[in-house]
Amino acid sequence: MSTNTPYTTIIGLEVHVQLMTRTKLFCGCSTKFGGAPNTQVCPTCLGLPGSLPVMNRQAFDLALRAALALECTIAPFTKWDRKNYFYPDLPKGYQISQFDLPFSSDGFLEVVDPKGAFEPRRVGIVRVHLEEDAGKSMHDDAAGTGDTRIDLNRAGTPLCEIVTQPDLRSPQEARAWLNELKLLLVYLGVSDCNMQEGSLRVDANVNLHIPVPATAGAEARVAKTPIVEIKNMNSFRSVERALTYEAARQWEEWQATKAEMGKTPKQTRGWDDPAGITRAQRHKEESSDYRYFPEPDLVPVTVTAERIQSIRGGMGEPPVSLRKTLASQWQISAYDADVLVNQGRELVDYFEDLATRVGEGKVASNWMQQDVLRILNETNGTVSAFPVRPAGLADLIGRVKKGDFDTSRAREIFAEMVTSGRPVDDVVAGMGISAVSDDDVIALCRELLAANPKIVADVKSGKEQAAAGLIGQAKKKNANVNPGKVRAICLDLIREMG
Amino acid sequence: MQPLEMSAVDLVASLRQGDITAVECATVFLDRIEATNGSINAFLAVDREGALARAADIDARRKAGKPVGPLAGLPVALKDVLCTADMPTTCASKMLAGFRPPYDADVVARLRRADAVFVGKTNMDEFAMGGSNENSAFGPVRNPWDLSRAPGGSSGGSAACVAADMAPVAIGSDTGGSIRQPAGLCGITGLKPTYGRVSRRGLIAFASSLDQIGPMARSAADCALIMETIAGHDPGDSTSLVVDVPRYTDLIDKPLTGIRIGRVPEHFAAGLDPEVAKGVEEAFAVLMAAGATVHDVHLPHAKYGIPTYYLIAPCEASSNLARYDGAHYGHRAEPGKGHRAEPGGQRSAGQAGGFESPLVEMYCRSRAEGFGPEVKRRIMLGTYALSAGYYDAYYAKALRVRRLIRQDYLDAFQTVDLIGGPVSATPAFKLGEKTDDPLAMYLVDLYTVGTNLAGVGGISFPCGFTKSGLPIGFQLQAPPLAEPLLLQAADRFQRLTDWHRRRPQAMEGGKA
Repeated sequence: MSTNTPYTTIIGLEVHVQLMTRTKLFCGCSTKFGGAPNTQVCPTCLGLPGSLPVMNRQAFDLALRAALALECTIAPFTKWDRKNYFYPDLPKGYQISQFDLPFSSDGFLEVVDPKGAFEPRRVGIVRVHLEEDAGKSMHDDAAGTGDTRIDLNRAGTPLCEIVTQPDLRSPQEARAWLNELKLLLVYLGVSDCNMQEGSLRVDANVNLHIPVPATAGAEARVAKTPIVEIKNMNSFRSVERALTYEAARQWEEWQATKAEMGKTPKQTRGWDDPAGITRAQRHKEESSDYRYFPEPDLVPVTVTAERIQSIRGGMGEPPVSLRKTLASQWQISAYDADVLVNQGRELVDYFEDLATRVGEGKVASNWMQQDVLRILNETNGTVSAFPVRPAGLADLIGRVKKGDFDTSRAREIFAEMVTSGRPVDDVVAGMGISAVSDDDVIALCRELLAANPKIVADVKSGKEQAAAGLIGQAKKKNANVNPGKVRAICLDLIREMG
Repeated sequence: MQPLEMSAVDLVASLRQGDITAVECATVFLDRIEATNGSINAFLAVDREGALARAADIDARRKAGKPVGPLAGLPVALKDVLCTADMPTTCASKMLAGFRPPYDADVVARLRRADAVFVGKTNMDEFAMGGSNENSAFGPVRNPWDLSRAPGGSSGGSAACVAADMAPVAIGSDTGGSIRQPAGLCGITGLKPTYGRVSRRGLIAFASSLDQIGPMARSAADCALIMETIAGHDPGDSTSLVVDVPRYTDLIDKPLTGIRIGRVPEHFAAGLDPEVAKGVEEAFAVLMAAGATVHDVHLPHAKYGIPTYYLIAPCEASSNLARYDGAHYGHRAEPGKGHRAEPGGQRSAGQAGGFESPLVEMYCRSRAEGFGPEVKRRIMLGTYALSAGYYDAYYAKALRVRRLIRQDYLDAFQTVDLIGGPVSATPAFKLGEKTDDPLAMYLVDLYTVGTNLAGVGGISFPCGFTKSGLPIGFQLQAPPLAEPLLLQAADRFQRLTDWHRRRPQAMEGGKA
């Protein structure tokens, strides 16, 4: 139970992700987002009379990859079913999906908060199955006619449906778990998980478990509030907000009505993001009878051990193990490894290249976190388009290690490298940076001490931090001096003065 | 011999040798259609212009020494369940009146590549649902042997047009007997191939797991010729078999010596018309004379064929026909028709008829107006049987029985090479005779549904005539992919008999 609420929030998620195939699940039409309406269609995805589906093998392989990464059991034999329902954007009047024999089931995905905001949580996966998407209805209120326009470009796009056990215990956990799922699927190349383009959609089931203390006549027990399914959440942040709202709403409702699960039918509520509340949806939408039956136009799919082996072989390292690999191989903290891995595969590749060239993980990681990532965040850039490649940055770090310049000077050089796209040597020459001899530094320090008797007196009286004022002046006189060196020499000279 | 009386095999040869041009050939059949279709109603669309243009192109290519296809110039009629890019495709339903598909069915494309000449689209029971062709939204087909009688169905137009010499060959589809039964009632030869032998792409689905396309012609040899063109794997149909297509025409001319033919005693139980029974028994005798042996076999679950079929087929149909909503193509109800209140009053979709929105009203009314009563009956049967709480008792059980029926066939084919028997219990019945009794109508498929449920092949051909001059059909069924044997046996039978050469007398008059 959460420490600050008198109940436990029980959450399960149902996630739909669009697979990154070039073509649709049962025809050759493009899945590219953003085409003019109804331009990426053919007789099959339009459901024209006489048209037939043919399974896209690549979609099945991608779905297998996702299921394997979610530690699911893969069914050796799976089939397709028709889910019959009537909707304007469903051209055939049924969706080809999987009902009683999904291709995979019984997996899990763990989420760990590196800062320990919640206990590590292993979330069970009930099933992962494949299905085709419907088209898109656009309610054209702007035209004032109340027309609904249908775009069937999306109809037939391959979707993976991932259903979790009700294992999540807080809205924060749900959001973190979704982030972890998204990261995994993006790493695997299964989906781009772009919620804006509809490639990832989440529905959540939530209710509360409330301890009811023993009374005269009744033993202590746990009361369960009716399960509510929340729809219409269009970001992970919305998921967290909606669940937080819904848990509070259910708690209030419980206090008012004492209504328990099973006594009322499951309710569907829609999240109203601007209003920040969930609203009950019409009862009718939940009482559908989909009349599932095996799809006679497709043959069952058998999955051999060899095929699973080959999919596994091409899968790449998932985030959960990559974090451990990075931490141990490069001797960086779990937190740092987490930050790097959470940025995606390309950034990890950049880091590993850099660390190999620098020969040290910790320094490379610091540069990644404090400089590369900061600039990427500020500029909203991607690591693949980042102008300084690992070789150039490794060069710069090497020069710092050699003592050619200090880290803050190196940062200035780095900033210039990012702006100009030029290599270290060019930038250094352009900025007029050259190494300063020790004799020159000593001469400069003597000059400064002579000109600043107050600072000298302060240092003598024990305020060593006053020497900082000398460093600023030294940098003004010669930008190439190493501040650490100036400070050390100045202190030595003052001590010599007695 | 005149083109109208020639077999497809002979016509193709005459065309190849230049005895007749494709244009002449097409003209003869188009004229025949023009003269007789008024009384038969076998065609829903006739493409005289397209056919003649196509024929002229074939003649020109042949004259120029350019390659032409194996069926170059052969007129072919297509059941209106097959999508054609250049002709309307209606399934004999008001729902699809005027619908023009943007593509050709795979069989149509294959026939086009073979340079067949399409003369038109044939009438049928609406969405292939029926056994008399009386369920057509465009009027029933009349049996050329007796215009007061039904031609059978659902490929009634295809059967009647071949029987009436309006085309040497027609393509039909068979879900529970829809090729074999009308072939039997019209005195022609019809082959329902093994499920998956011919691509279903572009065949407007009735019951996807049962539907199969096949040839209908005057003889087994003609069916063999057409099969060489239409059979074969289609990557666009996942259920089409990846099996090479044999040269059927080369394989059929073999004696039947040693071929074991099964005879199912239950087929001869009460209900079988005595004249039909006699014709069928005589057919066994002919096959024995040709060298075959006849053995009793049993299909213990055959008695469940009709109920099993009438669950599986409507279930699939209820889903297959869900797409006809009036929104994208086909029939759409007039907006707001019948939904105006008193003059001056406001239109209120929510009140009148109880529709929840004008859109739902349009859907409901389009379907109510577009589908005929038999289609509606089957949609309701299927929707009910698939519903929660009924699925296990009906659909799931029907699937289990279907497996048993298939196993019966496979077991029987351990001891015999073919199974013979009647196609239907009676010869052609009167138009209107069964229309008020759907159950009686469903029984016309009694001997044919098993083939579809088992997914095997079957052929029907004439084996005699009743005293009143109606054809009697004989059916042979074979193990999966044994079409060569079916064609061989039927061809051998036709070499020894002339039932298939008889022409309807009524039509002789029609020619004049």
